[in-house]
Amino acid sequence: MKDIRLIALFTVTVALIPVFIRSGVVLNFLMMGLYATLLAQAWNVLGGFGGQFSFGHALFFGTGAYVQAIAQLQLDVNPWCALLLAMAVGSTVGAFVGAVSFRFGLKGSYFALITLAFAEVFRIVALSVPFTGAGVGLMLPLREATANMQFSSRSGYIWLILGLVTLALLMTAWLRHSRFGAYLQAVRDNEDAARAIGVNASSTKLWATMMSAMLMAAAGAFYFQVFQYIDPGLAFGPHTSVEALVGAIVGGMGTLWGPLLGALVLHVLSDLTRNLFGQLPGISMVVYGSVLILIMLFLPRGISGVGSSWHTLFKNNRQGL
Amino acid sequence: MGAVYALIALGLTLIYGVLHIINFAHGASLMVALYGVYFLKQKLNIDPYLALPIVAPAMFAFGYGLQRIVINRASHGKDENILLVTLGISIVLENLALLFFKSDTYSIDTAYTLATISIGPAVVPLSKVIAFVGALAVSSILLIIMHRTDLGRAIRAVAKEKQGARLMGIDVDHVYALSFGIGLACLGAAACFLLPAYYVNPLVGNGFVLIAFTIVVLGGMGSFVGALLGGLLIGVVESIGGLVLGESLGQVGIFIIFIAVLLFRPQGLFGSRQ
Repeated sequence: MKDIRLIALFTVTVALIPVFIRSGVVLNFLMMGLYATLLAQAWNVLGGFGGQFSFGHALFFGTGAYVQAIAQLQLDVNPWCALLLAMAVGSTVGAFVGAVSFRFGLKGSYFALITLAFAEVFRIVALSVPFTGAGVGLMLPLREATANMQFSSRSGYIWLILGLVTLALLMTAWLRHSRFGAYLQAVRDNEDAARAIGVNASSTKLWATMMSAMLMAAAGAFYFQVFQYIDPGLAFGPHTSVEALVGAIVGGMGTLWGPLLGALVLHVLSDLTRNLFGQLPGISMVVYGSVLILIMLFLPRGISGVGSSWHTLFKNNRQGL
Repeated sequence: MGAVYALIALGLTLIYGVLHIINFAHGASLMVALYGVYFLKQKLNIDPYLALPIVAPAMFAFGYGLQRIVINRASHGKDENILLVTLGISIVLENLALLFFKSDTYSIDTAYTLATISIGPAVVPLSKVIAFVGALAVSSILLIIMHRTDLGRAIRAVAKEKQGARLMGIDVDHVYALSFGIGLACLGAAACFLLPAYYVNPLVGNGFVLIAFTIVVLGGMGSFVGALLGGLLIGVVESIGGLVLGESLGQVGIFIIFIAVLLFRPQGLFGSRQ
């Protein structure tokens, strides 16, 4: 219950920010921070709680973005329905990738590789088939109306992404306290032992993949609504996969608030470097990569693991080879 | 191309076989080596093939240091951590290149860039023939080192039984770093053979890294002969795929093989079931 109360407090507080603050910089930062949180939290569901490291989460992100785009542009679906559709299709793709991978017992590095390969296949296919607009990408014409999910100010987008982040937080809280979450963490910690006490490891991981993919697809749909443009590189390129993964790891895998913390820290860092060095290509990715290496070197449990884990960290260090 | 793929994959399989880690920074390291060869040619006018004795040792040193200073320390005894650290390294290398060299694509001109040679009925570019022969030569040298020298024996011992090797007085961390260095030195050699017939840009490694993984998985993780045969096979598949499906969809062929092998035969075509 404590988690739920904290989440409610968080949501209400953040929801009030756009009411009182009108500064475009702050609101933009808030929106992109929440967006990065959603990515990190989505990855955390599978990577942090399930222990399955995906290097190709952009697969689900891009699927969500393209479904949102194609449903509106070519099938004339209302964007709010399209969002639900995007989440459904995203989690179906998740179910497919998960079913294929777990059916054949892929784990660890193999799972990371196969997700990466799937993302690449989708990217190349999106570049080659006509209904995705190929390399040109798809553009959403401007039609400002709440019914069109195009808001006149940033606050509309902020409430939308806040809603999605809240959903992600609630799902994570549920993973922390539910039976299913306990199964998932048991599978992460020791799959053989979990199997031995009767946990169906494959289906547990499959559900986690679907949840994670659904959140990622929602983030993709949101991205398309905000920027009103998508192309294969943006959708399935490695940037989004990395942003999701680094955010979750920096904050602390398998925690409730870690991904939020990690996403915000990364966001501040990449904004800072942008102000210091200007808009150089690749600079934010250099920051992400360096932070990832430094965190792995010094804080393998993420920022939120610092307080609780000095002792165990030290022990692990001495046992490690 | 197949033989160069094989050489790249050989480096990867060596690192995997000994350290039991998947080096995600492999493509980015190849990119670094390619830039090295490029600048040696442009600034100092050193022929790419003659650059081999410079680039390969440099890459060896780079790999040795990287393993010793970063990867080994960051692992904390967990394989997943190494996966993430090498991913981090590849992101940093790639985007530093993007930062310094922009996303422009460079290639070099040599006297023999356009030279061709006819083998039977086929006319092939000379640079590709040299690449093929050179890559096979370097691979053979590597095989001899692995099977005939004390160093090779030490590496194989560590790969098989880490604790046992340690008890025999082998410095395991040193062997790890050596293997990583040799793996990257293979990339240095591959870069020298590759550049005259190819180009370099910050993302060039990406194309190779999945191909190399495919080869390693196809040939059986840690198997040298498998990597060689897998490399040649993938080279053929890519050419045929490109011919039949067109340049961009031809790449999909490789990924499909990759996914299929991972699913149905993760021990590889030549690997043994464990």
